[in-house]
Amino acid sequence: MPPLARWLARRLALTLFVLWGTATLAFAGMRLVPGDPAHVIAGGVQANATPEVLETIRAQYGLHDPLPVQYAIFIGRLVRADLGESYQLNQPVSTVVLEQLGATVSLAAGAAVLGFTLALVLALLTAGRPRAGALTRALEFCAISTPNFWIGILLLGAFSFSLNWFPVLGEDGPRALVLPWITLALPIAGVLAQITREGLERALGQPFTLTARSRGATENRIRLRHALRHAALPVLTLSGWALGELLAGVVVVETVFARQGLGQVVVSAVNGRDFPVVTGVVVLAALTFSVINTGLDLLYRVVDPRVRQAAL
Amino acid sequence: MTAPALARPYRKVRPGLWAAWAFLALVCCAALFPALFAGAPDQVDATAVLRGPGAGHPFGTDQLGRDILARVVYGARASLFVGLGSTLLAGAVGSAWGLLAALGGRAVGEAAMRLADILLAFPGILTALLVVAVLGPGTRNATLAITIALAPGFARIVRVQALVVRDSAYVRAAINLGLRPWRILRRHIVPNVLAPLLILATLNVGTAIIAGASLSFLGLGPRPPAPEWGSMLAQARNYLDVSWTLALFPGAAITLTVMSATAAGRALQARYERREP
Repeated sequence: MPPLARWLARRLALTLFVLWGTATLAFAGMRLVPGDPAHVIAGGVQANATPEVLETIRAQYGLHDPLPVQYAIFIGRLVRADLGESYQLNQPVSTVVLEQLGATVSLAAGAAVLGFTLALVLALLTAGRPRAGALTRALEFCAISTPNFWIGILLLGAFSFSLNWFPVLGEDGPRALVLPWITLALPIAGVLAQITREGLERALGQPFTLTARSRGATENRIRLRHALRHAALPVLTLSGWALGELLAGVVVVETVFARQGLGQVVVSAVNGRDFPVVTGVVVLAALTFSVINTGLDLLYRVVDPRVRQAAL
Repeated sequence: MTAPALARPYRKVRPGLWAAWAFLALVCCAALFPALFAGAPDQVDATAVLRGPGAGHPFGTDQLGRDILARVVYGARASLFVGLGSTLLAGAVGSAWGLLAALGGRAVGEAAMRLADILLAFPGILTALLVVAVLGPGTRNATLAITIALAPGFARIVRVQALVVRDSAYVRAAINLGLRPWRILRRHIVPNVLAPLLILATLNVGTAIIAGASLSFLGLGPRPPAPEWGSMLAQARNYLDVSWTLALFPGAAITLTVMSATAAGRALQARYERREP
């Protein structure tokens, strides 16, 4: 087998393992809930479900079966991409997730683009320039330490309520996406800019920079063509983390801006203990994250030829 | 007789760092003795609703006329409880986990680290949400949820450190001297793993405070009448059209605390790395 195929096969196995583990933890969680799962499905103990209703629920969800059987059925369905049915919404989980996926993806993707662009521009402009670097470093430190829901609330208060530049509610077309994008992008841009600048400054101090300079390359060409490629490696390493932060931020930012999306779905599912939905979203997040990390590792090999030879 | 003092390494005086420590001390005082700083956080004053900052109420009042200064001061306890509590618990659980993975033999080590891989495969807040879904909302459960989200990160670091220390010359020497395994663990491995662990813990306090505030912002933390910075922001979100200063102070409290904790953690880290050869 060619090395790349072997490497990909190993990554696929790892992804499947992580998905299995996530699903198993979620299943264990579902059964660890104090009290009777049938009560949870019926809407909590306060819902005063009659014994007959509880009995129907138990039969419907297979709660009479021994645990290993329930687990086998659960995994078997998952393999066929059947995430079960939401307790609260009486809809298949996959329908609920697919309906909301678009809103969340457009939010996260736009924020990722904005965050990476901002980080790159800031780092390229300030690397090797101590005074500008110190100022942006301080700003970056603020961006990292600020919870993004506070950034969101402040932006909303200033630009939507006071200045009326952007719509107050989340669903009014592309203009409503601007503030959520900024909110999500700022913290990750802070971290990524720091790492990129460090990498750039390290690369600018290396002999190859001096060689390029002595051959008459312009400052811009040195930064863009020579130094950036070296700075890209640690950024790639952190990108997985940054995208994870983004996914996590989506949950909170959707609440701040009252937007529809997976974050809203998962929060109300957690509140209502709607386990199939929680499980579905968590498994989907684990899958997304694994795919992203595999893609990043592939990119690593493109950017750094040394990795291609070593560590297959 | 002491050796003549060698030239001390030049150390910058950093006012920012002093401010960070001072602010952390202030927050800790507020958490321990809130009554020193402000009046009752639950006193409702229907005649002064949603006031801006001014005389009588330096930070203004909320939608029920409660004093925001008092609620911010009393909220320090909940935020620090979640932040410090979950970091300490995660440090303890993660250390045991990492030591087990490093020293517990091949099969146990593999199982322990694969479990960590699974938990680290998706963002921590989702782990925390899953745990809250199982346990239900509340201060204690939010703390546990963040503990479970943070612990695998600690486990990884502790495992690596423990492996480095295990293979070091002094531990080999201790083994060759015939010391008991328990004594080697206690006297030689734990102290050398502890320093990087404490630094990681300091750096994690900020993360944990933000995670705790996020959970209560989502309505999954302390129940509403209790003052807490995250849930104050959630309420402020609903009155933005009337008063934007409502969101100012709880958010600033979170941010300044996290900033101070991170600055302190980084300073400790820098000092530790300088000490290393």
